Amino acid sequence: MNMNRIFLFLILGTVAVFAAGAIEGEVSKQALNMSAIVMFLLFVGGTLGITYWAAKRTKSAKDFYTAGGGITGFQNGMAIAGDYMSAASFLGISGLVYLKGYDGLIYSIGFLVGWPIILFMIAEPLRNLGKYTFADVASYRLKQTPIRSLAASGSIATVILYLIAQMVGSGKLIQLLFGLQYEIAVVLVGVLMILYVTFGGMLATTWVQIIKAFLLLSGATFMAIAVMSHYNFNFGELFSHATELKGIEIMSPGGLVSDPISAISLAVALMFGTAGLPHILMRFFTVSDAKEARKSVFYATGFIGYFYILTFIIGFGAIVMVLGNPQYLDMAKQAIDGGQPILGGNNMAAIHLSHAVGGDFFLGFISAVAFATILAVVSGLTLAGASAISHDLYASVIKKGNVDSMKEMKVSKIATVVLGIVAIIMGIMFEKQNIAFVVGLAFAIAASANFPILFLSMYWKKLTTRGAVIGGSIGLATAVLLVVLGPIVWVDILGNAEAIFPYKYPALFSVTAAFIGIWFFSVTDSSHDAEAEREAFEAQYIRSQTGIGAEGASEH
Amino acid sequence: MNKELVDKIKNNPDYQELVSKRSGFAIKLSIAMLVVYFTFILTIAFSPATLGTPLSADSVTTVGIPIGIAIIIFAFILTGVYTKRANGEFDDLNNKIKESVKEN
Repeated sequence: MNMNRIFLFLILGTVAVFAAGAIEGEVSKQALNMSAIVMFLLFVGGTLGITYWAAKRTKSAKDFYTAGGGITGFQNGMAIAGDYMSAASFLGISGLVYLKGYDGLIYSIGFLVGWPIILFMIAEPLRNLGKYTFADVASYRLKQTPIRSLAASGSIATVILYLIAQMVGSGKLIQLLFGLQYEIAVVLVGVLMILYVTFGGMLATTWVQIIKAFLLLSGATFMAIAVMSHYNFNFGELFSHATELKGIEIMSPGGLVSDPISAISLAVALMFGTAGLPHILMRFFTVSDAKEARKSVFYATGFIGYFYILTFIIGFGAIVMVLGNPQYLDMAKQAIDGGQPILGGNNMAAIHLSHAVGGDFFLGFISAVAFATILAVVSGLTLAGASAISHDLYASVIKKGNVDSMKEMKVSKIATVVLGIVAIIMGIMFEKQNIAFVVGLAFAIAASANFPILFLSMYWKKLTTRGAVIGGSIGLATAVLLVVLGPIVWVDILGNAEAIFPYKYPALFSVTAAFIGIWFFSVTDSSHDAEAEREAFEAQYIRSQTGIGAEGASEH
Repeated sequence: MNKELVDKIKNNPDYQELVSKRSGFAIKLSIAMLVVYFTFILTIAFSPATLGTPLSADSVTTVGIPIGIAIIIFAFILTGVYTKRANGEFDDLNNKIKESVKEN
């Protein structure tokens, strides 16, 4: 793996908020790590126990999709943080800080600032209008069939792209950490995820997320404290030691965000993409009302922000404690490429640091947490994908709403199993492929198709079905096209000399295209149905603002 | 929700107050977040050296570090400010609206 690829991967890997694609290229199988395996088995045993408990309480479709709507704001905030703090966030951002210093912080900030906007603009109307999926909201006053079909396509595309990145990343990570064979690791992740979701539904998924978030925050806190205690809790001393090893430039922006267009486009992708991710949006239906939905975002933002500050310290900790330590040096790679490469690549910086500060036992703990992280994230993704299939496509589009809750839940479970198998197959198929583009693409689709439709359906009276379908499709197509023609796919994967579309992040252009398309095809829609859709806005807006008529929590 | 109820709520002064106050507040806070973030990102894009200025002559810590951490804390504080006001003042207003609907 040459430096360019590591670099590229790091950029995309960090855009991949949820992707576990922590390691790219060939990895060598490591020796069995017993403490990691024991702790991992404890986690799996514990979470399967929770799944058993949750399965007994999951009796209706509402339980399955939303855990009965009775999750508290604090729990949901923790679960959202669990969804967001993926292995890529943890390993990718700390690896980026390790490699580039300050640039890692720039990315962290980009991931965080979308959350306040979600709180101010999205969380509340979403909770008040929806039931199980964000398509409930988008299709509230528009035609069910076309809008749900489009929203479900956007959801499923986002989910599958993420799953590919997760599965490939998990296979490689587990291979490296536990010494398991790639295929076995992928199958193991797929099977556990199917068990959690089909039996335990949203309730089990939520608790897996909460436990994982707690473990990850605890582990990262311990690492950050261990690093800081070496420097008397004085950041100046840590930074000055790190700059002695790595140069003063790690303290300044280093050109990852170089031109204004890329900078703005990346910002748009991160903000609107986060607000268009189906598994994140779905989490807002697990709480009882708008009040708890707001609290969820407040706690989630706090946990995520705290976590990013920790990853920054961890990255610098790795510079001073891992870099130059012969124990973590990849001598085979050094012989070819020179420099001081660490085993498993830069994204393993945090893993090596865990060994440096806590020995084999703590290395085992952090490895198990990294695996737990992947399991939790793929479970959330699969549940969101299965809901789009069963609730939006099966119940609303195919059966036109004439389906009972038990039947819908059954379809959802079948969809979970199918998605799980698809994820396993994709994970094995894509092992040797360059998947650096998939997460960027998932984000672009979420920002350009899901978000504009959702946002305008909540706030813009003149939105019509025609506008939403045509404009949303334009956003989706533009996002896909620009990613294919951009430097990552066109040059790095297809091997062309120069990119037709010069920017790595298409969001600025594709989101703009979607909004303009939706606007134009809505205002020029003079059909009778369009008139009725505009008139229905008033009642929808009142419900979105007050919650009168909104879905409540179930009784048990 | 029928037409009659829609009109009733729409003409309720509490509802009008809720919508105008909350939308105004949400928009103000959103703008605050966007201005802070885009100022940060565009400073990096146009003038990367600015954030690389050392805090003091003998320090390796640059101004970019406290500024970056401050933006993370600022985002969290904004969510707290909104949640506090919305869960208190706005929800009180909202409950009054719900009560007035229940009456008939």
